[in-house]
Amino acid sequence: MSASPKISRRAFATGLAFFGFGRSASLAQNFAGLGGDASGFASVMPGKSFEFPRDHGPHPDYRVEWWYLTANLRDSTGNALGVQWTLFRQAIQPGPQREGWANQHVWMGHAAVTRADTHRYGETFARGGVGQSGVDAHPFHAWIDSWQMRGLDRMSAMNVAPLEVNASHEEFSYALRLEADKALVLQGEAGYSVKSERGQASYYYSQPHFTAAGIVTIDGRSANVTGQAWMDREWSSQPLAPDQTGWDWFSLHLETGEKLMLYRLRRTRGEPYLTGNWIGSDGQSVALSPKTAEMIPTATTDVAGRRLPTGWRIIIQDRGMTIDTVPLNPESWMGTRVSYWEGPVSFTGTHRGVGYLEMTGY
Amino acid sequence: MVDISSTTDEAAMHIPQAAMLAIQSLTKTYCSAQEQIAVLRGVCVHVSAGESVALTGESGSGKSTLLHLIAGLDEADGGSIRIDDTEVIALADRDRAAIRRDRIGLVFQQFNLIPSLTVADNLAFQSRIAGRHDSHWQNELVDRLGLGNLLKRYPEQLSGGQQQRVAIGRALAVRPSLLLADEPTGNLDEATADDVTDIALDLVKRTGCAFLMATHSTRLAAKLDRKVRLSAGRIA
Amino acid sequence: MKQGYWILAVLLSHWRRHPLQLMTLMVGLISATALWSGVEALNQQARASYDRAAAVFGGSRTAMLVGQRSSSFSQQLFVDLRRAGWRVSPVVEGRVRVQGRPLRLLGIEPVTFPAQAGSIPAVGAPDLKSFITPPGEALVAPETLTALAGTEGAALRTDDGESLPPLKVHARLAPDVVVVDIGLAQSILHLQGRLSRLLVGNTRSRLPPLETVAGDMLRYVEADAGTDLEHLTDSFHLNLSAFGLLSFLVGLFIVYSAIGLAFEQRMPMFRTLRACGVSSRQLNGVLLIELLVLAIAGGLIGLACGYLIAAGLLPDVAASLQGLYGAQVSGALALRPEWWGAGLAMSAIGTLAASATSLLKVIRLPVLAAAQPYAWRQSQRRWLGWQGVTAAAMLLAAIIVLTLGDSLISGFAVLALLLLGAALALPVLLALVLRIGERSSRRPLVVWFWADSRQQLPALSLALMALLLALAVNVGVGTMVESFSKTFTAWLDGRLAADVYVNAMSEAEARDIEASLRARQEVTAILPSGRAEIEIGGRPVEILGLADHATYRDRWPLLESRPNAWGDLKSGEAAFVSEQLARRLKRRPGDRLDVGTPTGDWSLRIAAIYADYGNPKGQIAVNIDAFTTRFPDLPRTRLGLRVSPGKIAPLIDDMRKAFHLDESRLSNQSTLKMESKVIFNRTFAVTAALNTFTLGVAGVALLTSLLTLSHSRLPQLAPLWALGVTRRQLAGIEFLKTIFIAFITAMLALPLGLLVAWCLIAVVNVRAFGWRLPFHVFPLHLAELVVVAMLASLLAMLIPLLRLMRMPPAALIRIFSNER
Repeated sequence: MSASPKISRRAFATGLAFFGFGRSASLAQNFAGLGGDASGFASVMPGKSFEFPRDHGPHPDYRVEWWYLTANLRDSTGNALGVQWTLFRQAIQPGPQREGWANQHVWMGHAAVTRADTHRYGETFARGGVGQSGVDAHPFHAWIDSWQMRGLDRMSAMNVAPLEVNASHEEFSYALRLEADKALVLQGEAGYSVKSERGQASYYYSQPHFTAAGIVTIDGRSANVTGQAWMDREWSSQPLAPDQTGWDWFSLHLETGEKLMLYRLRRTRGEPYLTGNWIGSDGQSVALSPKTAEMIPTATTDVAGRRLPTGWRIIIQDRGMTIDTVPLNPESWMGTRVSYWEGPVSFTGTHRGVGYLEMTGY
Repeated sequence: MVDISSTTDEAAMHIPQAAMLAIQSLTKTYCSAQEQIAVLRGVCVHVSAGESVALTGESGSGKSTLLHLIAGLDEADGGSIRIDDTEVIALADRDRAAIRRDRIGLVFQQFNLIPSLTVADNLAFQSRIAGRHDSHWQNELVDRLGLGNLLKRYPEQLSGGQQQRVAIGRALAVRPSLLLADEPTGNLDEATADDVTDIALDLVKRTGCAFLMATHSTRLAAKLDRKVRLSAGRIA
Repeated sequence: MKQGYWILAVLLSHWRRHPLQLMTLMVGLISATALWSGVEALNQQARASYDRAAAVFGGSRTAMLVGQRSSSFSQQLFVDLRRAGWRVSPVVEGRVRVQGRPLRLLGIEPVTFPAQAGSIPAVGAPDLKSFITPPGEALVAPETLTALAGTEGAALRTDDGESLPPLKVHARLAPDVVVVDIGLAQSILHLQGRLSRLLVGNTRSRLPPLETVAGDMLRYVEADAGTDLEHLTDSFHLNLSAFGLLSFLVGLFIVYSAIGLAFEQRMPMFRTLRACGVSSRQLNGVLLIELLVLAIAGGLIGLACGYLIAAGLLPDVAASLQGLYGAQVSGALALRPEWWGAGLAMSAIGTLAASATSLLKVIRLPVLAAAQPYAWRQSQRRWLGWQGVTAAAMLLAAIIVLTLGDSLISGFAVLALLLLGAALALPVLLALVLRIGERSSRRPLVVWFWADSRQQLPALSLALMALLLALAVNVGVGTMVESFSKTFTAWLDGRLAADVYVNAMSEAEARDIEASLRARQEVTAILPSGRAEIEIGGRPVEILGLADHATYRDRWPLLESRPNAWGDLKSGEAAFVSEQLARRLKRRPGDRLDVGTPTGDWSLRIAAIYADYGNPKGQIAVNIDAFTTRFPDLPRTRLGLRVSPGKIAPLIDDMRKAFHLDESRLSNQSTLKMESKVIFNRTFAVTAALNTFTLGVAGVALLTSLLTLSHSRLPQLAPLWALGVTRRQLAGIEFLKTIFIAFITAMLALPLGLLVAWCLIAVVNVRAFGWRLPFHVFPLHLAELVVVAMLASLLAMLIPLLRLMRMPPAALIRIFSNER
């Protein structure tokens, strides 16, 4: 398993959410701004032994943490749609958690639904300590306002299932039930995910094996949906390199049951850093060799005053893979205070399947 | 050099080559509420460079009208006015103003000085807006006109003769091709009138411009190179 | 370019030779711009203050949830509502004292603060962290920082010993407000776990009903523009604006006459310029530039003066806004670039408007028309007929608008039409008077006197119109103000009938106070009272509970009542309604009024209507016992005391010591009365000051008109002098003529002024504030104004007359021989 700077994607979001509240400042500056704040927080060290359900809950000693779910679904007439549910936590000061309003954690929720012709999103914020938002490890319950992700009776801690997840905003709502018959996957080296040569890292595990079913309502029209979903859990305290400008990140469900997580990290100078994991149908996660993978933009879309590469060719030589990805809706722009592109994609070529693409820093 | 034409167009055949001002068959009619008054009924006049011509005639014979038409202050109904080979009748107000500014000097019976400007500024005004102010020439004019110790005064502090000398100076400061004067001595006593006329004639000779002066004084008219008489809208 | 420069130099040389004319023009421009922009600066300042206040309130622009039963409620309700999908943000509020200064402490939660509630603190970006993490920040307006003599970063303590976080300036906050993070506010105010209200963010989501989440603990208060400060104070500002605009018009009168004269005098110059080869387009272009240069110069000076006026009036405006509406207006005048821009634009547009006719005349100027002196004035004379027709049309329009219109704007329209119509009619009326005088005279010099006065009229008429307007407005506003203060004193005596007012912290304390007072002999009556806020017709209304006592029966300022009104009130089935509420609801005594109370609807008969001057809210009064039954949860903390004369001060001292009541909880009737009077005096101080300015401007208009006129009148006087009238006699005649015309104008201004007063009292005030004052005429005030007007005319005549008397005969000879 290779070093995984994937943390950058999430840290970007939470970091900017806090430090750029209401502003879309340049990424590099925000990363630089993050730099000084890691001291006083717990460090990510190799050799951690994960323990579930405890680690489903928050790790307040670490600066940033998230619970992140994406789902590729179809309605009863076969139309594709996507759902996103995200809860971010960020500590704005180190030290033991304080009671009530003095609590130093800020929470941010993002939710979105995407159809070929529609993309709806919402966001909300909360202070920790008073109960507006939080996460309990057991029984598992993550919430902000009325949005929540909750473990159902007899939830398996290793499978993180069954779960129910819901969110609602002005123009949409959804409620899904998630099942999984395979265990979660530790990323990196047994969940220790190194993200740069300088030793910055995160704790990182995923559950990419969810099946999902439920109801999605968009603009007052409801549909029963089924499909698959992917959950990421990650926490860290480490800042990012100042020269990182953004990233293009894929989580792909192959029709064979295999999964692929792949991203490239763009820098102000030099080649983008590219890495990922191949998760076999047996649930084994293997890091990709950066030399053998390529991500090539093939189509761009102008959205929200920016030009984004929404079509990609992905080549992974040692897996004999050459695929082209197409977005379900090229205008899947998250116009939230921290803005980025996040939406479902499908792909064809040597392999077929669906997944999610996230692009930040454009 | 002299050509006094009456009404006919054939007169055009006799226009001398050097004519600075050439007027052909000029007509002008004023409409009042009751009737139409034909002031000019086909006037032809030529004045050469360096020549001075007195325009005489009864009051109301159209002397002033003719001068105004030449200066482009009013629009003619028919005929032709050429100043230095430029046909002024067809020109727009803007271009007529430019001709007036650059090539014509005008002197009126009421002096028409600008009351809020000093003598010096009055003298220089037209040449300044024409963009051809020449301080040597102006100094010479001041000398010739005897205005040396009046330069800082305002028009209301001058006598009539002094005012008219300033007006002549202003008109000549641009070195016009044509100097037009409308009864310039009408408000002056005889001695002053003689004096002013002499100075004007002297300066006209020096600049070599054409000079057309309307006057009803035969004594003054006699000082000029020749006379034309306007009567009943025609040159008699 | 260069040509343009020389032409401009020639045009401007006129002003150098006629500095008086330039001064007139400038005075017109400056006074027009100064008064208008001064008033505008005041309005802007006030509006900016409201914005700041609104930013703090999250005010009534945002819907709110407030406690149904008490002023605070459990924080858990906030969490429950959020978890149910309600986008609410918590606020805790209270009062603290720092260095003896009462401050409003607001605790907010910036992370959930709804965007439309205003941009609360600089909790935009990087400041969030320092605001919500220890030690936190106390955001205050710059004025508050100064008032507390603090520096940024200083950590103050409240007078109760609670420590505030370090101070930080936030420019958009209202004065005397301190904003801190919600948790800090809870601990400073000893309200741990409690909230004062919840701001409700805009959302289109379908929400679960409030009751299913919060039971009956909370009440939803709609976002309501009606209670908004800006809305409440609109009429006050409209008043100011109307006066500003009027002054602007008077100033433009001067500009118009000065420019008209200057253009007329320069007609020969324009012709000479054209004859010397300046094209018509060039001339017009440069004239336009000249006017704009003058307008901008005058405008800039005017703006500077406007700033001074505004700075001078600001304390009064701020005080009356605070007193009338509780609106805090910051005391330091801050001017925005828009203000400068608008001021200069007004000056330029005004100048162009005032010079439009003159400019048009030059544009159409035939180069040759013989220079006709006084052509401008002669054409004025032709206008006289038209002016009469226009005046009649305007007065007719005023009557039509008065009968058809119902709004405040239409009220001002009536006023404007009336004033303009009267101003236009003035020369016509004066001409009539002078003609009558002429017809009835025999002696030649007297006939000449009348005829010459009439000839002078067109030149003077603009100044006289300005004088008429200024006088009329003065009479009008003066009459209104005096009517008000006369009424107000009597009204205050009725409304503040008790000698001492007590508002206890709690019901228990109120009972303690009551018990201790019963033991005191000098307390002749203890009158419990109540006050609650309700809504009628979607707008807030105060409901008062009055004890059934002679104190009220004898003095309450009833305007209209049914027989046995007090008896009906005691029965609990009747209410008294304030005048403004009655007008708004269009109800009269005998009508019924339904009032929503916590114990259900209460149907009341209107027994009487009473005066409630100056209250922007509607009010009804009911019997205190009935009130307590209908509002059982309201703590009964208010008491009015009747005290034997002379014993009031010691009683108050004792109570203060015994119960630790500050002045907001224990007040003396005479202090209250004094404060109320001060507030109202200040309200009208602004109007009175503007009034004086307007009169001053009219005086200047008269002076400058007379000065320019005296110059051009010499040719008319010279022949008389030649015929043997002495200079002294001439001056005497001139004096008589002018003073006579000014006197007639003043006499005409009196009825017009009373009409204006009637308009203000019966139309504008009723529409602006909802109450109508009794109309009084104050003859002394009128006489005083006439004298002032005569003195102004006298003063204005002084210089020209002296000049005439001292004119050397030689000058007269020259004028005589030159101009004849």
